[in-house]
Amino acid sequence: MEIKNAVAGTLESGDILIQIAPTDTSGLQIELESSVMYQFGAQIKNVITETLTALGVTDAAVKATDKGALDCTIRARVTAAAVRATGKDVWAD
Amino acid sequence: MNTIKDRAALIAEAAKKMNKEVYNDSEVKKNITPRHELQRKSSKVVTLEEAIKKSGLKNGMTISFHHHFRGGDKVINMVVAKLAEMGFKDLHLASSSLIDVHEPLIEHIRNGVITQISTSGLRGALANEISHGLMKEPVVFRSHGSRGYAIKSGELHIDVAFLGASSSDPLGNAAGFSTSENAKSICGSLGYALPDAKYADHTIILTDDLVDYPNQHNAISEADVEFVVVVDSVGDSSKISSGAIRDTKNPRDILLAKQAAKVVMNSGYFENGFSLQTGSGGASLAVTKYLRQGMIDKGIKASFALGGITSHMVKLHQEGLIGRLIDVQSFDKVAAESLMNDPLHKSVSANEYAAMLEPGSATHFLDVVILSALEVDVNFNVNVLVGSDGIIRGAIGGHPDTAADSALSVIVCPLLRGRIPCVVDEVTTLITPGSNVDVVVTEYGIAVNPKRPEIKERLLAAGLNIVDIHELAEKARSIIGNPAPLPFGDKVVGIVLNRDGSVQDVIKNITE
Repeated sequence: MEIKNAVAGTLESGDILIQIAPTDTSGLQIELESSVMYQFGAQIKNVITETLTALGVTDAAVKATDKGALDCTIRARVTAAAVRATGKDVWAD
Repeated sequence: MNTIKDRAALIAEAAKKMNKEVYNDSEVKKNITPRHELQRKSSKVVTLEEAIKKSGLKNGMTISFHHHFRGGDKVINMVVAKLAEMGFKDLHLASSSLIDVHEPLIEHIRNGVITQISTSGLRGALANEISHGLMKEPVVFRSHGSRGYAIKSGELHIDVAFLGASSSDPLGNAAGFSTSENAKSICGSLGYALPDAKYADHTIILTDDLVDYPNQHNAISEADVEFVVVVDSVGDSSKISSGAIRDTKNPRDILLAKQAAKVVMNSGYFENGFSLQTGSGGASLAVTKYLRQGMIDKGIKASFALGGITSHMVKLHQEGLIGRLIDVQSFDKVAAESLMNDPLHKSVSANEYAAMLEPGSATHFLDVVILSALEVDVNFNVNVLVGSDGIIRGAIGGHPDTAADSALSVIVCPLLRGRIPCVVDEVTTLITPGSNVDVVVTEYGIAVNPKRPEIKERLLAAGLNIVDIHELAEKARSIIGNPAPLPFGDKVVGIVLNRDGSVQDVIKNITE
């Protein structure tokens, strides 16, 4: 899927900033910074991967700056960033 | 005849018997300097370097400080930098607490100037480094009450105390405020510094306002002071009310505060003459605001409020709702000014505030305390010192002292802070044992310790949302998932003492 640079989220406490960029290599490269890295780093990466894959985004560089967001917030921010990156509105139809 | 000359032989005999000299009048010389000139001078007023030299401080000794200026403190960094410059090594730093602003201590620890620390808390970069194993010796953590008592009993022996004061006369009568027109700073109560001043071998006052003798409102007496050092600034008073003692506008904190006020009002202890304390943390400090209306509605007045005194407490006192204020630490400028101006607002020394073994400790006479927590576990144990990431980020303060001594202890704590659960299966570090914790207020319900069934009955009768604490832990888990275990190493970086002096827990280093 063709994607362009896109951003969603904020750096507020309890939120996550998702930056998506196109990449030459295949697969998802997720770079995560988190205030709860030790305890939840793996879980957060899983949620990002699952959400993007479900939306059909399989090749992208993702930079995530997490300030303790819950999974529901992470899904919402990743989805919004993906919609902006692909120009394909998942909530339409 | 019986003149003094006739008695000379008997005087000499009496002197010999008592092993004393015979009084010699020719050696007496009066000082005829006008006293208003004399009062301005004192051999005690010296530079910091002279004071350190004359105090006899040596490598390996214990130095002490107070943290009444909190984030605005300038004394600790100034003095330790001077000690480093003078070449001191291997010192034991015993402060009543340490905060973000004390980050420069990291270098002094690396350079071997400071090799041991005793404190109530650690925050910021210093806490982070120590949690990662910066120091060879573990930091010893005590509550405010037990620090006061340990100093009195000699368990924590202080060689030289360096105590910042907002005013001092040349003899060392010092206070946490100044009534002179040159006043530069104000911190109010010097409660945590009073055991140091009294029991340290040598006490040095640092002040930014040298006032005329006598500085009458002194908290520290000249009799305990050896040197007075005049400095540009001992602290920035505007930074006292920040961090853990900020005034909250967070809607969740306000919700918690309102719930906690309802708990207090329906607990059975909300009666005329009750006594009250609120600990640091936005929600607990805000409870006072919401208790006020209940006190007015029911015509209830408190006999005293204790502890960190805030502007809210001062307001209730001025309105006649609280009789007296007993102040170990003034949490904001309004409180500090009230201490200066109001005779019913008195400071109290840390050991008379909260020491377990001091019969007259004010906490022994405390009905209700409202406290915050980083974590509470299903056994009602509380952690206020180490974050859920294993990094030290708080202070014991008077938490275990007030929880143990009060008739009712109420913990206010959100269920989650971001993705960090605050109600857990087991606290990261044990600070206040659950046996002393009665009620836990969260935004998802109120849990009552099974040891206090009568409180549970009363709160249920009042229609409050009472839940089992295991349900709260489960609720937190269902929202955030299971945290991965923290990467603790095998080194002990901190030792937590119980208020009875026994070792209660240790803090291990974090490796990542």
